[in-house]
Amino acid sequence: MSDSQTTTLQAHHHHDPSLLVQFDTAYQQKDASQFGMWVFLITEIMFFGGLFGAYLIYRNLYNPAFVAASTSIAIKWGAINTAVLICSSLTMAMGVHSAALGARKLLVFWLGATLVLGSVFLGIKGIEYYDKYTEHHIPGANFDFNYDRAEKGEKLVPADVATQTSIFFALYFAMTGMHALHMIIGAGILVFLIWRAYHGAYPPHHYTMVENFGLYWHFVDIIWIFLFPLLYLVSRSPVH
Amino acid sequence: MSTATQTSLALEMPSDTYLNSSYGVKSWFLTGDHKRIAVMYIVSISLMFLLGGVFATLVRLELLTPAGDLFQSDTYNKLFTMHGVVMIFGFLVPSIPVTIGNFLIPIMVGARDLAFPKINLASWYIYIIGMIFMLAAIISGGVDTGWTFYTPLSTQYLTTHVMFTAIGILIAGFSSIFTGLNFIVTVHRMRAPGMTWFRLPLFVWSNYAASIIMVLGTPVLAITLILVALERGLHIGIFNPALGGDPVLFQHMFWFYSHPAVYIMILPGFGVISEIIPCFARKRIFGYSAIAFSSIAIAVFGFLVWAHHMFIAGISTYSALIFSFVTFLVAIPSAIKVFNWTATLYKGSIHFDTPMLYALAFIGLFTIGGLTGLFLGAIGVDMHVTATYFVVAHFHYVMVGGMLVAYLAGMHFWWPKMTGRMYPEAPAKLSALIVFIGFNLTFFPQFILGYMGMPRRYHSYPPEFQVLNVLSTAGASVLAVGLLMPMFYMLWSLKYGEIAGNNPYRATGLEWQTTSPPPTHNFHETPIVTQEAYDYESQTEEVEVVG
Amino acid sequence: MSAGGDHIVSPKIYVTIWLILLAFTGITVAAAYQNFGIFNPIIALTIACTKATLVILFFMHVKYSPKMIALVIGCGLFFLSILMVLTCADYLSRAWIM
Repeated sequence: MSDSQTTTLQAHHHHDPSLLVQFDTAYQQKDASQFGMWVFLITEIMFFGGLFGAYLIYRNLYNPAFVAASTSIAIKWGAINTAVLICSSLTMAMGVHSAALGARKLLVFWLGATLVLGSVFLGIKGIEYYDKYTEHHIPGANFDFNYDRAEKGEKLVPADVATQTSIFFALYFAMTGMHALHMIIGAGILVFLIWRAYHGAYPPHHYTMVENFGLYWHFVDIIWIFLFPLLYLVSRSPVH
Repeated sequence: MSTATQTSLALEMPSDTYLNSSYGVKSWFLTGDHKRIAVMYIVSISLMFLLGGVFATLVRLELLTPAGDLFQSDTYNKLFTMHGVVMIFGFLVPSIPVTIGNFLIPIMVGARDLAFPKINLASWYIYIIGMIFMLAAIISGGVDTGWTFYTPLSTQYLTTHVMFTAIGILIAGFSSIFTGLNFIVTVHRMRAPGMTWFRLPLFVWSNYAASIIMVLGTPVLAITLILVALERGLHIGIFNPALGGDPVLFQHMFWFYSHPAVYIMILPGFGVISEIIPCFARKRIFGYSAIAFSSIAIAVFGFLVWAHHMFIAGISTYSALIFSFVTFLVAIPSAIKVFNWTATLYKGSIHFDTPMLYALAFIGLFTIGGLTGLFLGAIGVDMHVTATYFVVAHFHYVMVGGMLVAYLAGMHFWWPKMTGRMYPEAPAKLSALIVFIGFNLTFFPQFILGYMGMPRRYHSYPPEFQVLNVLSTAGASVLAVGLLMPMFYMLWSLKYGEIAGNNPYRATGLEWQTTSPPPTHNFHETPIVTQEAYDYESQTEEVEVVG
Repeated sequence: MSAGGDHIVSPKIYVTIWLILLAFTGITVAAAYQNFGIFNPIIALTIACTKATLVILFFMHVKYSPKMIALVIGCGLFFLSILMVLTCADYLSRAWIM
């Protein structure tokens, strides 16, 4: 039976060292790893999706608390960070572009710029977290939403709303924390990529690693694009 | 043709196989070969199964008598929790995909390996790390939340090792994601020339459907467990009612994964049965595309029904109606499969080899398990039997009678392909019989107990339930014998089993065209596929002509 | 390389997209300070979705990639919407009974 059903196909092995044994062609290898990267990003969507779902439910239940808590976050830092991340997405895209053209030094430059911008983002995030710490806005620690609002001339919120703001901050820290964790992992991989790129590991026919990392970095940017309006911009208008 | 020639000659083991291509500890622990990783997984999940079995034994022993005499209630809570956690996350979720699936999917699609061998190896290591966390939790005193980790019990009240167990499950979840990702990319991108989607074996389809669930569902469990860990460790209050949190939201997020997860467990089992039935009925499978699409339909519908676990948790009546309705819809694709298997048997020339005995047991037991699931999907009945032994019996009919029996069927069926040697037929048939009898004796009485109102998760019960409980415990000992038998005779067969040859069952499918055991890269030459799967009728004629 | 593998996108397009993204960030901040009532979150999310779509299409090359990739993304968003919609179905209809 086996004779009738199969015939021989000579596998095209060019002895290209970058072609792994399970693949027939370089195109198949590149295509498979890009496809795999996208499937991985889908898992990331679902991962953050759980948090977005929880956010949706609680914002619907406790809207006044969400307005009060969101207004207490410094919009300045959030907006700057959004711009920083968008810039880092541009530098990342330029990095992939340089890799495709085989421009090794430019690739190292753009990846380095991405790393710098990513670090700026994390630094600003640190400032924001520290502010929240001094304001006693970290749930579970010494949480007291009204702690220094009177001194700062802000309106005190009723006790039940103040309690509910801890849900907002729990989500705020969970969401931005998970996002920051992804940024930190990304920065770690960037260091590795820069070092490898500097040594010429990503020639124009074999830079899938850079491309896939680019997808990851842009994805992390997209998460922030949603976190920014959801956490910082619940309602900033004076009347509500 | 080749089959006929082979049987007339004395069979020999092939000279180059994945088992003897290299030697030493490193050649296994650093391997990229999907077959070796599958073997490593078989060993690890068998150990977890034995551990879960020990807990099950202790639970059944306690329930032999109405009084809580063997264990304190706290200890009993830990026993059933750890039975559930170990069995579900250590055995059932990985089970068929990481063992049989890992071994066969690349061969079945005609590839030299999975798309990402390193990720495959990483998934095994991640699984082991997850299990180490779980074992650490067990050794240091265990956990008693129930395998569902409901808040606020798990976050506010219990002092047992919830954190370690949750972290273990979280880590094991990544292993599951990696496996699913690898399968999806392999099925899409690694098929041999001529292997179109509708020539794929149904085992590949069902594992593909299960992979979709792994990839889409597991991350939600991951974030849920992270929130539980944050809540427990840092008291951040997302599910804490005292701070305005909603414990029901935890249940929503938990069951969004954990209901589809039962389809991760059972779908690959469906795939095994779809391979075995046509082979031993010597017939083309009935309704190939209906079975293939029903796997995908189950994966999709499986995501729409999770709140049927929460009918008494205080969810809205209106949404309960929707979830109940969709639950009934899931029965359609499941029934399509059962109908197609039985239609395949119709007028087939049936051979009662061991895999077939297990497969037939599967059809009966899964049907009972599935139909009682519909009882539970009906809101009115569910109110009555929720959290009773009826649920326990239903779940075990699907998971043990369904998934575990399918796993055993598959292990027997592909054992000669994995090892090159046949299992001994007589004890194997006996084990199938003992498992079937022991299983029904264990779990059928639990349907009655549950219907009569015996709640689950208590270590003592009123004396009038004793007769049925004694039957159940007796059945459990029979079942244990039936499950231990394969462990012994299969190990025995590794050395003394008859040499199997490439295709001992005259089955179709690419895996039977390569040697047993296969060489490291599965095929000596890349196969070209020109036919549909399950072409048993023309094959039989051909063999008869030659013979 | 075959088609779809290595589409080189001109840096001009990247810079244009980058400028649009920055502009949208400004608009969304400005819009948040106006009182549009119920429309405030709708405007914010519409802008966020537009920005995300631009990033996906151009920075992530989905516009130039095989249709399969778009299908994978669509699949993920579909299941995400199931999670959101069916969970909300419970919370939003709880009050009806009273």
